[in-house]
Amino acid sequence: MTIQNIISQLGEGMLKTCLLFFSTLIISLPLGLIISFGRMSKWAPFGGKFKPLSLITRLYISIMRGTPLMLQIMVVYFGPYYLFGIKISASYQIYAAIIAFAINYAAYFAEIYRGGIESIAQGQYEAAHILGFSKNQTFFRIILPQVMKRILPSVTNEVITLVKDTSLAFVIAYAEMFTMAKRIAAKETSMIPFVVAGVFYYVFNLIVALVMNGIEKKMSYYK
Amino acid sequence: MKMIEANNLKKSFGENEVLKNISLEVDKGDVLAIIGPSGSGKSTLLRCITQLETVDSGEIIICGDTLVKNNEQGKAVYSSKKDKAKISRHLGLVFQSFNLFPHFSVMRNITEAQRIVLGKSKQESEETAVELLKKMGLAGKENAYPCELSGGQQQRVSIARALALNPDILLFDEPTSALDPELTGEILKVMRALAAEKMTMVVVTHEMLFAKNVADKVIFMDNGYIIENGTPDDVFNKTRNERTKAFLSRYYSGE
Ligand SMILES: Nc1ncnc2c1ncn2[C@@H]1O[C@H](COP(=O)(O)OP(=O)(O)O)[C@@H](O)[C@H]1O
Ligand SMILES: [Mg+2]
Repeated sequence: MTIQNIISQLGEGMLKTCLLFFSTLIISLPLGLIISFGRMSKWAPFGGKFKPLSLITRLYISIMRGTPLMLQIMVVYFGPYYLFGIKISASYQIYAAIIAFAINYAAYFAEIYRGGIESIAQGQYEAAHILGFSKNQTFFRIILPQVMKRILPSVTNEVITLVKDTSLAFVIAYAEMFTMAKRIAAKETSMIPFVVAGVFYYVFNLIVALVMNGIEKKMSYYK
Repeated sequence: MKMIEANNLKKSFGENEVLKNISLEVDKGDVLAIIGPSGSGKSTLLRCITQLETVDSGEIIICGDTLVKNNEQGKAVYSSKKDKAKISRHLGLVFQSFNLFPHFSVMRNITEAQRIVLGKSKQESEETAVELLKKMGLAGKENAYPCELSGGQQQRVSIARALALNPDILLFDEPTSALDPELTGEILKVMRALAAEKMTMVVVTHEMLFAKNVADKVIFMDNGYIIENGTPDDVFNKTRNERTKAFLSRYYSGE
């Protein structure tokens, strides 16, 4: 098998990796923000210190961060069958992978958002309040843009990790890049598929770093 | 006409009673200076008037509209959310630490609330901003970002930002305290000009000469009480209270 051949066979895997990567980001970035709201919520319907929303999201975040992503993928994929006896079809693979990745990364992003939101000075809220901005206007016009700038380096780290983490989807035989490389390598008894896979992840991350760098530059017009 | 009327304000943070029966009045066009040692409750008083804090009891009336009054049990009851928002439109506040929006240009710092809160057009709000910046001696700084300006310039932008909403009363919480001494003059000059235009102002300050020469009324606060309240002449030259005398001897050398 020539390198061209291997690459074209891996091509489908690359597309699936990209699909998983972008779907995860599109879901987990906003979901993380919502979870961070829950985490910071001061809602205490029974009075006192018991804040159910905050507690639940804390538990959720701690489980997501405290257990292996690989295990979470398997639970999402096999769970419906083991728990409810629902027959799993192959088309569920992609959804299971995206769900598992999205809820896992949302937990990490939630903590990043929280750190960013809590780092904004109280004076920004007070100035906005005095000027008559509503709570929503204050958050989306004044606070969030500043948060985005501050959390960008941490988000970049997570995104780079995500590129590499997509390979974990092999545990449910989702035919992403790494799974394909493994199959071809075994069939051809050749290292080349792994080398191509490595180059692919590396170039992917190079692009991610470049894009994030560009965004960071664009936001550097103020301190 | 009374612009601010506050009666028997009380406010505690936990066990710490910060405002103990504070009453004051501000007439239209007057400048009220509030002086006093740090921790005496001056900022808390401004923050209660501007709705950044709530009082525990007492009455606040702004431009004839009641913000808060006592119920029969002597507990503060605030007006509706809508009324509170309307009342807060009478007031502008200038902070010690400017609190400009760092991600907005000078222009957008001044136009954003005009557009979003007052619903003014882009063009109209920008015209207002350009005019105010000229008045603040900052013509041509429209496209600068706050981080590119000196502290004195930032504070002048924040004054322009407050004025852009056309408040009836402008309140200042130690507007020069975060500035290098050589920059305080430019802020005081702007405030003097506003006073000359008969802008109603409440100014918490450690600048005794400003209080003495520009203010119409001066209040000395200590430990949550108003100890002295009168004209600058009353407070600075005919000081009655020993604590006021002790404070003035430290901050004010008599010219
Ligand atoms: N948000 C707050 N929580 C608890 N205590 C506060 C708070 N704000 C002010 N205080 C306390 O209230 C007192 C008066 O503070 P402040 O009004 O800032 O005084 P001043 O402006 O005259 O220096 C101080 O003892 C201060 O520690
Ligand atoms: Mg203060």
